[in-house]
Amino acid sequence: MDSIIQFVQQDLGNPGLAALLSNPSFAFIQLMNSFSQAMNLFIIAAGLSLIFGVLRVINFAHGAFYMFGAYIVYSVAQEWTGNFWLGVAAAGLGLAVMAVIIERGLFQYIYDKEHLMQLLLTFAVVLILSDVAKIIWGTDQYSVSYPAGMKGAVDLGVTFYPTYRLFLIVVGPAIAIGLWLFTERTRFGRLTRAATQDREMLSALGVNVPIIYTGVFILGSVLAGIGGGLAAPFNSPTPGMDATIIVDCFVIVIVGGLGSIWGSFIGAIIYGLVFNYGSVIVPNWQDVFPFLILLAVLLVRPWGLFGKPEGGNA
Amino acid sequence: MTRPVLAACAAVFLLLALVPLLESNYLIDLFNEIMIYALFALSLNVIIGYSGNVSFGHAAYFAIGGYTMAILLTTYEWSLLPAFAAAVAFSFAASAVVAYFCTRLTDIYFAMLTLAFSMLVWGVAFKWRSMTGGDDGFVGVDVPAFIAERVPFYYFSLVVIGAAVAVLWVICHSAFGRALLAVRENPIRAGFVGINTRLMRWWAFVVAGTFAGIAGSLFAMVHRGMYTESAFWPESATVLIMTLLGGMYSFFGPAIGAASLFLLERLTNEYTEYWPLVLGTILLAILMFLPEGLAGLAQAIRRQILRGR
Repeated sequence: MDSIIQFVQQDLGNPGLAALLSNPSFAFIQLMNSFSQAMNLFIIAAGLSLIFGVLRVINFAHGAFYMFGAYIVYSVAQEWTGNFWLGVAAAGLGLAVMAVIIERGLFQYIYDKEHLMQLLLTFAVVLILSDVAKIIWGTDQYSVSYPAGMKGAVDLGVTFYPTYRLFLIVVGPAIAIGLWLFTERTRFGRLTRAATQDREMLSALGVNVPIIYTGVFILGSVLAGIGGGLAAPFNSPTPGMDATIIVDCFVIVIVGGLGSIWGSFIGAIIYGLVFNYGSVIVPNWQDVFPFLILLAVLLVRPWGLFGKPEGGNA
Repeated sequence: MTRPVLAACAAVFLLLALVPLLESNYLIDLFNEIMIYALFALSLNVIIGYSGNVSFGHAAYFAIGGYTMAILLTTYEWSLLPAFAAAVAFSFAASAVVAYFCTRLTDIYFAMLTLAFSMLVWGVAFKWRSMTGGDDGFVGVDVPAFIAERVPFYYFSLVVIGAAVAVLWVICHSAFGRALLAVRENPIRAGFVGINTRLMRWWAFVVAGTFAGIAGSLFAMVHRGMYTESAFWPESATVLIMTLLGGMYSFFGPAIGAASLFLLERLTNEYTEYWPLVLGTILLAILMFLPEGLAGLAQAIRRQILRGR
């Protein structure tokens, strides 16, 4: 082992990789960082994937929803009440209201339009929301403090690890299981799956399909808002965060397979691992790796690791 | 080319050639930039309007052309012609490779793959600081002395863009362009009559990427610099909006869209800093009420008038 480390350190000239190999607790921290980042991204990406799965719309505005979530947490938790959890709840609630307005006011008219129209309509919403955010919150960068009781670190035996990040690692799978139970075990979930399969047949059977669409859009948007809220303590709310996060989410949902919850889960973990270990082994280029994975997946399995091929993709 | 179209083109070209007589630096720069974006939007329309695929990463080839030009002129001190040829060759090569992969897919997956490739280009421009200047941008392009002044450069770019648009027009109205339309309208039937649909879509992508590269190389010179924003995805969205605003089912529509959007942006900036908000609202209005763009609106009005007679 020592000779390998020496080889990496001296012949390859890669101190990052050598540190990973020689220092288990450093490698472990990278693993935990990967998971906590992945779980935060999963919450947001799952919303995007859920919306695409049922509504068949790739929502560019999902990143703006995330940004609004983060800003709302800042306003409610930092400025107003001082309670972080109230802030996250307000972010979820605020996004639910925004989702109803946007879905009923705009999106419902474009479900049977071409993809180009849909993409551009969601982009129009991005433009409008990013400026609305600027009007409300300005262009400052805000900091949100960690929730009470989660400011410190926990002793995991190997090393100390920040409590809040540990909390994210627990919350991610909990939301994944919750979403899975919801789609597989509840009546509404069954109806959403039926709507994915055959919208017209479901409607002919007397189900109010538009309400299902609105419901799914609300659920997906609330996930973006909560994801943004939970990210606020380590990802300070600032203009432009919407454009960055949406691309990360695209990578995750396409790698995992559009419309698949577990696909997004695995996609997020792959993203986290590649990003965090990539930043140690090849510093500065970590932003590029996720796109390489995305390209590889799109070329080999365009429908993603957990998705199903669609008809018409010759 | 029908006679009225030819006459209109000649008139626009002449009017553009007269712009420097106004002796306003502001107007010369404005029209120069409009022409560049018009070429950019026209090139995108070869993919969208003619082959029927939505590229969400067209800014990549604009940026490749621009960065190649900037770096070769400045860092390597090449003269204009070789640098320009290299910029065209680079954007041709890059779009040829990307098109090979993208044409395997259609619809939303095609759009996502073009987006992914463009983000890769953005990532490289962002991180390769020693070459591209990273997020500070590549500042201070050495423009050759004979076109370094504002007016000579304007004429240079007018000639280059005029020639590029003419070539694009010929390409789009050749047998190749007609075949592309057939592929757009009904790929299966086009395949039955013996058209290699994937090859046609590949060519459309390559033509579009190459001409975007030409527009980008002029952009680098007019701004004396190149910035990562030019490769970021909102830039791809902006040029898509220009194409849509002008109308993607007409050849010159995107150029009109580019000009309208540019003028509108300048006008809006006089009154408010919230241009994206205005743009978003306009975009919503077009999508809801004018899906065929300004060119479509003009045609509808003409039909109404003819019917009234």
